[in-house]
Amino acid sequence: MAMYCLLKLAPLFLAVAVCNGWLFGDFVGKQKEQDEISLWPLPQKFQSSAVAFKLSPASFQIVHAKQSSAGPSCGLLENAFRRYFEYIFGDLKKPEKSRKKVYDSDLVELQVWVTSADPKCDDFPSLQTDESYELSIDEPSAVLKAANVWGALRGLETFSQLVYEDYYGVNNINKTDISDFPRFAHRGILLDSSRHFLPLKVILANLEAMAMNKFNVFHWHIVDDQSFPYMSRTFPELSQKGAYHPFTHVYTPSDVKMVIEFARMRGIRVIPEFDTPGHTESWGNGQLDLLTPCYSGSSPSGTFGPVNPILNSSYDFMTQFFKEISTVFPDAYIHLGGDEVDFRCWESNPDIQKFMAQQGFGTDYSKLESFYIQRLLDIVAATKKGYMVWQEVFDNGVKLKADTQIHVWKGRPQYQDEMGQVTAAGFRALLSTPWYLNRISYGQDWVNIYKADPQNFTGTDAQKKLVIGGEACLWGEYVDATNLTPRLWPRASAVAERLWSDKSVTDVGNAYNRLVQHRCRMVKRGIPAEPLFVGHCRQEYKGL
Amino acid sequence: MQTIQEIDHVTQAEPMRLTALLVTCHMTRVLTVSALVYCHFIVQTSSPTALKLTEVCSSMAHTGTHSQPVRSCLLLVVVSVCVQQVHGVWPLPQQLHQSADRGCLSPQRFSFTYGRDSAAQTGCSVLDAAFKRYFSIIFPDFTKGSENRLQYVWSEPQPFVVSVSVKTGGCDGYPDEDSDESYNLSVSEGQAVLRSVTVWGALRGLESFSQLVYQDDYGSYFINKTEIVDFPRFAFRGLLLDTSRHYLPLHAILKTLDAMAYSKFNVFHWHIVDDPSFPYQSRTFPDLSNKGAFHPFTHIYTQSDVMRVIEHARMRGIRVVPEFDSPGHTQSWGKGQPGLLTPCYKGGVPSGSFGPVDPTIDTTYKFMESLLKEVKFVFPDSYVHLGGDEVSFACWQSNPNVRKFMEKMGFGKDFTKLESFYMESIMNMTAALNRTSIVWQDVFDYHERIPQDTVLEIWKGEKYQAELSRMTQAGHRVLLSAPWYINHISYGQDWRNSYAVQPQNFSGTEEQKKLVIGGEVAMWGEYVDATNLTPRLWPRACAAAERLWSNEEKTLNADLAFPRLEEFRCELLRRGIQAEPLFVGHCKHEYDGL
Repeated sequence: MAMYCLLKLAPLFLAVAVCNGWLFGDFVGKQKEQDEISLWPLPQKFQSSAVAFKLSPASFQIVHAKQSSAGPSCGLLENAFRRYFEYIFGDLKKPEKSRKKVYDSDLVELQVWVTSADPKCDDFPSLQTDESYELSIDEPSAVLKAANVWGALRGLETFSQLVYEDYYGVNNINKTDISDFPRFAHRGILLDSSRHFLPLKVILANLEAMAMNKFNVFHWHIVDDQSFPYMSRTFPELSQKGAYHPFTHVYTPSDVKMVIEFARMRGIRVIPEFDTPGHTESWGNGQLDLLTPCYSGSSPSGTFGPVNPILNSSYDFMTQFFKEISTVFPDAYIHLGGDEVDFRCWESNPDIQKFMAQQGFGTDYSKLESFYIQRLLDIVAATKKGYMVWQEVFDNGVKLKADTQIHVWKGRPQYQDEMGQVTAAGFRALLSTPWYLNRISYGQDWVNIYKADPQNFTGTDAQKKLVIGGEACLWGEYVDATNLTPRLWPRASAVAERLWSDKSVTDVGNAYNRLVQHRCRMVKRGIPAEPLFVGHCRQEYKGL
Repeated sequence: MQTIQEIDHVTQAEPMRLTALLVTCHMTRVLTVSALVYCHFIVQTSSPTALKLTEVCSSMAHTGTHSQPVRSCLLLVVVSVCVQQVHGVWPLPQQLHQSADRGCLSPQRFSFTYGRDSAAQTGCSVLDAAFKRYFSIIFPDFTKGSENRLQYVWSEPQPFVVSVSVKTGGCDGYPDEDSDESYNLSVSEGQAVLRSVTVWGALRGLESFSQLVYQDDYGSYFINKTEIVDFPRFAFRGLLLDTSRHYLPLHAILKTLDAMAYSKFNVFHWHIVDDPSFPYQSRTFPDLSNKGAFHPFTHIYTQSDVMRVIEHARMRGIRVVPEFDSPGHTQSWGKGQPGLLTPCYKGGVPSGSFGPVDPTIDTTYKFMESLLKEVKFVFPDSYVHLGGDEVSFACWQSNPNVRKFMEKMGFGKDFTKLESFYMESIMNMTAALNRTSIVWQDVFDYHERIPQDTVLEIWKGEKYQAELSRMTQAGHRVLLSAPWYINHISYGQDWRNSYAVQPQNFSGTEEQKKLVIGGEVAMWGEYVDATNLTPRLWPRACAAAERLWSNEEKTLNADLAFPRLEEFRCELLRRGIQAEPLFVGHCKHEYDGL
């Protein structure tokens, strides 16, 4: 009766198709119409049988297991129970959904069992967080077992993805056993709220979508040349003068808090990026003398370049500023940027030239950049935070703390070489190069996104272990609230599976079938994820 | 003090000089005329922008006009205020004279009225509805009731009347290929006079008028003294949506029609069915959608849906031209109409798969005639698109009956002759129904002998200029779509490519050039549905809209168009159209959906 298929290995994907055939063998004809099980990202170990249980919104419950260290006081889980109940049963106001009669084959509850003594309900997730979980679906209860709430969140998402509607609109779930854990610890999305301001609700909706894809880091590229929407308590003029608008286009302290808490509830870390010394035009509006005055000939041209690295006031400012940042953002890491510093303005400035000569830097301005970064890193280290930097900082030979994370983004030299060098030097590496999702093209570009692998470089096993993950980046030049969500999803989902699932999960055809359904699931949950190709979803996007 | 500057084609001619000029002009005004008023006004409000301007006022008051720009950021504020005063119109009118002299508009004392000599008067369905629509568009805050109490503290609101006069009535008709869309608009103190031949021209004029109105930082509404003489360059300015590859919910179509009207598009080319699905619910052949749609109830257009689209379009001066593409692109038809498609053969037996419509049997033509009769009944436009593109001959070649038929007809092995035979029958059928056919270029490429009044549409990317030459030389009217396949996306500002297209830039006589009746933006549906349609369409489609409406010589420079288009996209956002950004920047009112 119970037909088991082991689905872990790629060669067995054929078997998946066969199994699905069995699963829905009872319904001939219209079987294509119903949701098939489509887990995304694919769990590490997965066993399923054709035995199906029904779930009734009238009787089914998600509850804390008796043995669980978490209980009703765990707001994070209570919140998640409600969220996933709604995902599973949809809008309960629709009358036809309620079904009073409890059948023998009903699954009456999902017990969530947090095993470690401290469930971490009120903590923040971190790089070290154990996100593994085990899920066992059987009569009369299903059990989700995880060491802490973060694993439980991942398991709840998987549970919700296992539920499908049969031909009659009744929710079913098959007898299933899952044991799951992420391949990489850092699975991020970068959003850029400087080139275009992103309203809070767009950020929150994308955190929601991230949780559906088991992403766990929101890299908030919050400020840049174009605008400074972060409202600083210490330096309020930064956003007053540097934002597109000082009231409508800013993130207030309570906005930031809301983002962090909303993310925490979904097991997502928020890592802010305050990129210096380049990419800081907007900082200059509210912080006079922070930026280098550029010269044209022998007089100031009126324009400004990167942060002025020769003034003590710059470092005093950074000290105070990052002191604030380190208290506002709870994560152990801050992204310090350090990319694309344009040296022309420094070159034009006679004071800088003098300083260069004093320091013996000659005309090598990357030394000046390193000088700045070095001092900045010391400042940030004093706040007890770890830091992430873009690859240039490593390339320029700045002395870095051992736990520094190097973020690889450049296409040249080949990112594989860069990953090799970064890890050979003993630093932890994060990959983004193949995942610049702001770059669009016609057709199914998710395939190449899917094929990229962060560990695909020449190096020892120890080096490979230093790869902590990657990030999908959606830079904001051409993106704002109007088009961000459909441009990001489901393309970012391809990255999500690469970073979560086993290395061997590479079958594009199989991924396509699952992803088509996963995107329909996101649409059903209110995320306007764009189509992969011709076709339809049972419930099309209702927004607009 | 010079207060009125006659500015011809404001955004096109010497924009730098213009900005500088306005800065001076505005600064003078701030200081000498309205500084007190502004500052007084500011004291009474707590609006954020007011604070900024208070500083401007005080700093100006202290430093005087001719002092060095001590606080450059403040000066920037002034500049931005000034720039906001010049309001572009998209697409650019043929003749536009704007003055820096501006008048105030108050929603409480604003009205639309029919001119005494107008053939249309109250009760004119199209214009009554347009007045209602444009009132909310012009005064977006009015219905929200947010800032009205702050306005006009310092002066009695003056009445403003837009008087609309049309020469001919026709309020209950449909726009067609001959509709005169020209209009004259004259805006002066307290009034605007809009004159046109038809109600459709009046709609275009109302749209331009609405784009001339702007709000200052306090929310007050202004319009500059303006004279516009305007008419479209091309009569056919279309946009294609594909509802077969993905189903587009009705509201997505209606929203697109709204946005089309804002860009003065006038044809909605509804590529309603194709291989993947048949969402059109036919009254004659209900099985077509019952079996051919993605879902027989949730993914179809009922007759009343179609009527709603047609009426919504009519109210905006937009024609609805449906496309029933055959003989290829018909996979979904076959599900509900057995026997219609050609059975493909493999090794002497039917393979179970089907090819294009079977052109060898009578039942096919009977079916097509009934369907076209229904189409004529349902869609009022005098044009119908018959498709005729991308027919794969492999299946026909495999079928012994088709081969027999080829022999009988003396077509040899040339299957293009068979396709032409089919298309000619369908085109004749359409002509007999008193409808003009549009077909894709393939039909012309395969067969020169097609009814003279058939309109040919160019879609193949390479060498479309040569195709334009050939087709017009053969005396056919032509529509250009090839360079405007905006479903093809790429990174960056690809609207510039659409903008650079010159539809009449091909070798040919003046007579030939006149045969280019317009063009179409095509948004094919492979990768597009309700989740991403609108931001992918807008503002990218606006580039073609300007090319098809405006004078080409005044609109060749994309850099000059950029600020106007940027402003127009913010205006689209304000009107609830989810138009994506052109580049880095912001709009005062961002999109607040998801």
